[in-house]
Amino acid sequence: MKNYDTLLKDLAPRQFNRKGVIWTSVLVIIIIIGAIAYIDQVRQGQIVTNMRDYALWGIYISNFVFFVATSFVGAVVVSILRLTKNEWRTPLVRIAEIITLASITMAGITIMLDMARPDRLLNLFIYARLQSPITWDVIIIPTFLVISFLLLYFPLLPDLAILKDYFKKTKPGLSKMYGKLSLNWTGSEKQKALQAKSIKIIAILLIPVGLVLQTVDAWLFSTTYRIGWDSTNMGGYFISGAMVAGVGALITVVYVIRRVYKLENYITELHFDKLGKLLALACLIYLYFNMNEYLIPSYTPSKGESIHLNTLFTGSYAGLFWLVTVVGLIIPAIAMFFKKGRKPNPMFIFGLIVVIGSWWKRFIIITPTLLHPFLPIEGVPESWRHYFPSLHEWLITVATLAMALLIITLLVRYFPVIPIQRTAEEKKLSKNDLKEVSS
Amino acid sequence: MEDNSNNSRRKFLDKGLKLGLVAALGGIGLSKLTSKLNAKSTEASGETVELMTTEGTIVQVDSSAVVEIEHAEDHDTKYNVREGMPNRKFVMVVDLAKCKNALSCQSACNKAHYITGDNAWLKVYKMQESKDTAPYWMPTTCQHCDQPACVTVCPVDATFKRRDGLVLIDNDRCIGCRFCMAACPYSARIFNWSEPDQGEITLNLDMLNHTPSPEHGGAPSVKGTVDKCDFCPHMVKEGELPHCVTACPNGVFYFGDKYEDTVTNGDETLRLGKLLEDKAGYRLMEGLGTEPSVYYLPPTNRSNTFEEGLENYTEFQSVEKPGES
Repeated sequence: MKNYDTLLKDLAPRQFNRKGVIWTSVLVIIIIIGAIAYIDQVRQGQIVTNMRDYALWGIYISNFVFFVATSFVGAVVVSILRLTKNEWRTPLVRIAEIITLASITMAGITIMLDMARPDRLLNLFIYARLQSPITWDVIIIPTFLVISFLLLYFPLLPDLAILKDYFKKTKPGLSKMYGKLSLNWTGSEKQKALQAKSIKIIAILLIPVGLVLQTVDAWLFSTTYRIGWDSTNMGGYFISGAMVAGVGALITVVYVIRRVYKLENYITELHFDKLGKLLALACLIYLYFNMNEYLIPSYTPSKGESIHLNTLFTGSYAGLFWLVTVVGLIIPAIAMFFKKGRKPNPMFIFGLIVVIGSWWKRFIIITPTLLHPFLPIEGVPESWRHYFPSLHEWLITVATLAMALLIITLLVRYFPVIPIQRTAEEKKLSKNDLKEVSS
Repeated sequence: MEDNSNNSRRKFLDKGLKLGLVAALGGIGLSKLTSKLNAKSTEASGETVELMTTEGTIVQVDSSAVVEIEHAEDHDTKYNVREGMPNRKFVMVVDLAKCKNALSCQSACNKAHYITGDNAWLKVYKMQESKDTAPYWMPTTCQHCDQPACVTVCPVDATFKRRDGLVLIDNDRCIGCRFCMAACPYSARIFNWSEPDQGEITLNLDMLNHTPSPEHGGAPSVKGTVDKCDFCPHMVKEGELPHCVTACPNGVFYFGDKYEDTVTNGDETLRLGKLLEDKAGYRLMEGLGTEPSVYYLPPTNRSNTFEEGLENYTEFQSVEKPGES
């Protein structure tokens, strides 16, 4: 990458190779299977799930919370690192923006999968009541979606103009699309000033909106009387958990893209080192909120609370609870304290563990609470006292995860994952170079 | 400049006022005109008919003046379903000292609301606060809270609170998010996970020209929406008591109006205030601040033993399936 040409060649989108085609096809097949399962769910009703009157929410909701959580990565990596002037973020921001957009899109879709009457979706607008936390979600999710889209799009503009020229001869069709999308970007001072200002506003806006999104998500639960949900700790607990899930997802995706696209020169070990420290910080903050949520209540538990906590500490959910807490949180945090732990390969493993742990963590937050209502569970079939997702629920949920990965894959396929123009500027490749190529 | 704008505003107001006046007059004129056009011919037809007035005298009326009007079924009790019956506040009192877990309330409720799922709306719980305290039977209905958590969280106003105290559900509006079920601390809400298997009931309702109403839950139940005890306003409207009250052989349930300070179980009618005072009435989970409309009288001086009720107790069933019993 001594000169601009190599840079462009390295960073411009590339066609799928064989592995890429297989990967994408597998994702599409999983999504189609999930879609069939969903159609069947609409036809038969949610009787096809294992949710019942007590376990009235299941993995659709925990999966939704997971998607909302991972979407927080944009606010953390892009906005906060930007405000704190952490220059190392450059090759990571676009990947973070892509994860954010994919996650929030899927969060919006996933919450609709849980609606038993999707045909009445418009009622949410026609009869909207502002006092319901669901209405807050209806407002904040599209807002966050638009902001995170713009945060991905605006910084892309110069790169799109570059790609338009780059593909002019080889792929005229693609070049035309980039040209249209680049909104006549010429790189004039006026445009640059406007773009810089817009990005700044959006990046700053993303922090409060992101915090509100996570908090509203927490309030879905803490606005009820349920033991385990009715907690003033929930807002911070969800925000810190979102940071863990988001950074974990970022590490995993960055590792894969770096490997597949051979971007070792751009995403270096330094970046993994920094991301590792960020993950350690996120895990520690989350542990602090976990202590507030589980450990401190166990000193003076009410009767209901002690039943709830016992189920988690030693009861039927103990295995899962300790797995997500120790393996999914404490061990990765400790590993990140060591320089060896912050090398790309171990980081990928820990990132993956953190993401899987984050997913099951949401299951642990939602399901046990519902199975301990205030009045005893009586007069219903024995099976209603437990909950484990049905085949339909798994197929649909896995399909949503596949859809998130497909969105990420397609965005990575067609747009440069590392900002070309910014990297060029930072590497001080001269403007002449730039002009030479574009002319 | 300022003068000018003031001036133009005055002009605008002046013109607007005039225009409004003209429009209003025009509107009145138009409505008069259309009412004339719509009216049936007012010319006397020459034929007369004899009619009896409400006082009993016979009068002759031109036949053109006789117009058929729609018969009002309940013009004295017309009220907005979402507002509720005017000047009423329904309450229930459950006397735990009398409950023997006979479960007649439950089967009557299941029958009246065509409940065919796996979870009854009215439950009789086997309660025991701690190892050393006495066990007792506790029937629960929807508590019709005055601070209903379910209504607060509903995003579409499908479940609503009426002035007469009832919390009802509009099954035509419910989106099936189940947030109300998560919010209710009394586990009073039931979900239609699949198309309710109410069989011929829905057909019969069609034949009876029954219009579904939040005032009669379960008639019919709607797939993907929430159901619960509605305090039977469809019975109360007819001057009858809710099904559970009349079905109970032991007079456990008292239903009434808080404003009238009376409750009745069908056999005896009592002063609500005095009853609660004499028997130390309380409400479930008072500490939550939900302000329920259902009061409980503690299970003291019981005429029966707790064990008698065990005979009927089914831990895993609350709705009898057809073919059983």
